[in-house]
Amino acid sequence: MQIELNGKPHPLPDGATLEQLIAGLSLAGKAVAVAVNRQVVPGARWLTHTLAEGDKVDVVRAIGGG
Amino acid sequence: MNMNDAPLQQEDQGLTIAGKTYRSRLLVGSGKYKDLDETRAATVASGAEIITVAIRRVNIGQDPNAPSLLDAVPPSEFTILPNTAGCYNAADAVYTLQLARELLGGHKLVKLEVLGDEKTLFPNMPETLKAAETLVKDGFDVMVYCSDDPIQARMLEDLGVAAVMPLASLIGSGMGILNPWNLSLIIEQSRVPVLVDAGVGTASDAAIAMELGCDGVLMNTAIAGARDPIRMARAMKLAVEAGREAFLSGRIPRKFAASPSSPMAGRVA
Repeated sequence: MQIELNGKPHPLPDGATLEQLIAGLSLAGKAVAVAVNRQVVPGARWLTHTLAEGDKVDVVRAIGGG
Repeated sequence: MNMNDAPLQQEDQGLTIAGKTYRSRLLVGSGKYKDLDETRAATVASGAEIITVAIRRVNIGQDPNAPSLLDAVPPSEFTILPNTAGCYNAADAVYTLQLARELLGGHKLVKLEVLGDEKTLFPNMPETLKAAETLVKDGFDVMVYCSDDPIQARMLEDLGVAAVMPLASLIGSGMGILNPWNLSLIIEQSRVPVLVDAGVGTASDAAIAMELGCDGVLMNTAIAGARDPIRMARAMKLAVEAGREAFLSGRIPRKFAASPSSPMAGRVA
């Protein structure tokens, strides 16, 4: 299936979870926050949150800013 | 509180925002530095306890093990204040801070800024008020970048924000405090902390803000953009302290007349 990850198309196996997406990006255990279709999904729910075709996912971190 | 009426206090009680008291009245941003080492060194030199950060999409494909900002200025050492820099409407600002709250483990002290245009980075006050209302209702402690309009500041206060942060002048402009009168009006009426945010250029700007009675000053470019950021960070630390001490000391009034400092009696002249 195809989702949108940080504004760009991203292919994933059908039924992939957020946990799998994050692990696949080598971001497991890193300081990131995730939202799906502009709804924040807490880390505790990544294991059970299954992604669907066309989901828009944002993965964010803190960077320098004023 | 009007600076002529400020009661004399024995020592500074610290800056209390949303129920937590900080020793330092200088808050700093983390942007525009050469690298993370400089970011950390300047922040430490400034004595700041609160540091703002921006929330941005991870660059997919970039090395996930590269050192990150929160490694250099960890939440265990500093109070991290996520901002909504780059947001031009309330919905984006609220979304950004919801992500930030998750990122920082439920931490709810945040800085709201909703910009009106890219050229001036002046706040869009209607959208700022809308976002502030939503955020306060969602349990955030909101420090708000705002215009130096006392009516807007009061409206924000009435919504229940944790602090109002009027700009001294445009973000990154280094122009200093362009309208001390408006700032004084806001300080006089405000029941929440007032911090100058935006436009500070050099030490005297920060000192003047504190002399007017501000509770604190937030700056980024003034330090990060200086030729020697570490040195400027130290200068700003001293300036904020000096300005606060001067405010608490009860200055002499300005008068358009001379007043000799030496007695007239016993002169040989």
